Amino acid sequence: MAEFKLKIRRFDPESGTAPYWDEHTVDLEPHRSVLEGILQARNEKDGSIGVRCSCRSAICGSCGVRVNGKPGLACHTHLDDALASAGEDGVIEVEPMGNMPIIKDLIVDMDAVHWKKIQRVTPWLIGKEPVPEREYIVSRESMIDVTQSMACIQCGACVSDCLSMEVDPLFVGPAALAKTYRFVGDPRDAAHEQRLKDLGDDKHGIYDCTHCFKCIEACPKGVAPMNQIMRLRRIAGNDFHIKDRNNGERHEAAFVKNIEKNGILHEADLLPDSYGGKFHPRAVPELISSLPIVMTALLRRKMTPAKALLHPHRAPDGVKKIYEVVEGRDQRNEFNLYISGTDADNEGTAEVAEAIEAAEPAGVAPDGSAGSSA
Amino acid sequence: MKVAYWPGCVSRGFTSELHGSMAAVAPMLDIELVELDRANCCGAGVIAEHSQELADTLNARTFALAQQEITQGADLMMNICSTCQGAQSECQQRLDASADYRAQVNETLADEGLEYQDGIINKNFLWVLVEDIGLDKLKTLVRQPLTDLRVGPFYGCYIVRPTDRLDINRAQPRDEYLGQVIETLGGTVIDYAGSHKCCGFPIITMNKAASLEQAGRHLGDAVDAEADCLVTPCPLCHLNLDLQQPMAAKQVGRELNMPVLHLPQLVGLALGISPEDLGLQHHIVKPTSVIDWSQAVVGGVGGW
Repeated sequence: MAEFKLKIRRFDPESGTAPYWDEHTVDLEPHRSVLEGILQARNEKDGSIGVRCSCRSAICGSCGVRVNGKPGLACHTHLDDALASAGEDGVIEVEPMGNMPIIKDLIVDMDAVHWKKIQRVTPWLIGKEPVPEREYIVSRESMIDVTQSMACIQCGACVSDCLSMEVDPLFVGPAALAKTYRFVGDPRDAAHEQRLKDLGDDKHGIYDCTHCFKCIEACPKGVAPMNQIMRLRRIAGNDFHIKDRNNGERHEAAFVKNIEKNGILHEADLLPDSYGGKFHPRAVPELISSLPIVMTALLRRKMTPAKALLHPHRAPDGVKKIYEVVEGRDQRNEFNLYISGTDADNEGTAEVAEAIEAAEPAGVAPDGSAGSSA
Repeated sequence: MKVAYWPGCVSRGFTSELHGSMAAVAPMLDIELVELDRANCCGAGVIAEHSQELADTLNARTFALAQQEITQGADLMMNICSTCQGAQSECQQRLDASADYRAQVNETLADEGLEYQDGIINKNFLWVLVEDIGLDKLKTLVRQPLTDLRVGPFYGCYIVRPTDRLDINRAQPRDEYLGQVIETLGGTVIDYAGSHKCCGFPIITMNKAASLEQAGRHLGDAVDAEADCLVTPCPLCHLNLDLQQPMAAKQVGRELNMPVLHLPQLVGLALGISPEDLGLQHHIVKPTSVIDWSQAVVGGVGGW
């Protein structure tokens, strides 16, 4: 057994008093979880500590908190690890998650934010018509593709730390968008385009994410919500050519073209092109509003008129060739490490597969039924 | 040391003072820069959003060009942009993970006679400064310590997350390096809420209000923490924090006037290079607080 100091953020909105820190010393094995520490403090020191938990095995998603400022599951964080990431005073700080109102102490209102956003994206399968007489048949690969987004346990850790939501509470957010990919990536779903169109029409939809990687870092299950958002954009822009209200698709197209032409980014073209070109009705007010800044930048010789208007750099042939080959493919090539693993991870698996195949009588699976050994 | 140097796009465009200050600082740190002038944009996450293979192949091309320099004696590849670091590391992770995938990408590069071999070392100047040059050596080179200068670090998302991909851990706390550098240069590190947050730049054309709100909030937090200036290793953050600062101030409804320095500029000041040679006169927010300080020591910039 060892002693650990826990500093717990306390707040009861109905009390009228401001939030405060409460410190307790708990006595537990170092490999025990922060949740067990909180529960010991509650059971032995102060029964009024508010904390939500259920399975204690990192699968129910109830005990999302921030430990030393980082979001995660209290039951999935060892006390010794938490101590190692604590400040110099050796006190483990436990706070409620962010971006959601506090109900009491470590319990946040998941209904008010997280679940509303999940409901926002129609989180169920919209089946194709006509409904097949028996089950939908889908390929194995296509279901593997959505397993990463299916790994979500709805703990809200990504929502807690989303930096876009911090300034724009209406942002649909990482958890709900990862859930969207779960259906947009599912071949049985009939509403891929409508789902994406809906989230493109929403100014706080798929193009409101800043690529800050906070959700990837926060997720205790490896869902990588930001990567799922990028996949939604890829499908919305490339497959359905959806013109969203944020100019996201235009910006992406302008950027990709800019590099094809110049090899390196020519920023002076990117801005107007992101709004549809220098003379596009959407671009004109944007350009006028940025004029004072442009003038200051010119005055300070941050940029020169020549640099802004001319294109001194042309893409090397090698870059053009890359565009020709990759953009010319019939199908987009997407290498997902979560699914494929690295060569090092997979070392030996081919031999194992061969060994299994060799051990099985041809055409008969281990359960005796006829089938392939794939 | 000799490095295959990838300056990035923005450091040669709207923040050309960054490229210039790196060139001014490098010889004093004994870094020989071999510029990768045929290399291409890293895609800044936007090209990957369009096509992952396109981004991976474009960056494999840059890596292959850098490896040619490494074969001829360069120690590693160095960049001066957090976004390049993050976008390139992401592509490298995929390229290094699978020999089959790498072979496919290399097939596209073959026409140009290029081939990427896994395992390139590509580091931001910040990492080179701490890991390869070393803080002890840096300390001996300081001519004008940044005494009494209160500096807030601003990292940029791409250089601090995700921690596993960027090899950030307790033994290698790359997400604390800016603070270590500021201290080594004699300055005071300011702790404020925004240091590791997003500047908002990636959505400046998509949701301007939210983008400027992020920049404005972090700058305001730095003002409240009484920082004299911020320092960043990311030119894209610099665009939102400096170039767009007047707009950000409007968005958050308060005066900001927070100078934002590029990392090589801060290093250069401490090494005794004049503010003018570091291009500080090109900033939108005049670094008056910094210059007041350097006037006392360096003797003024003049001319602007």
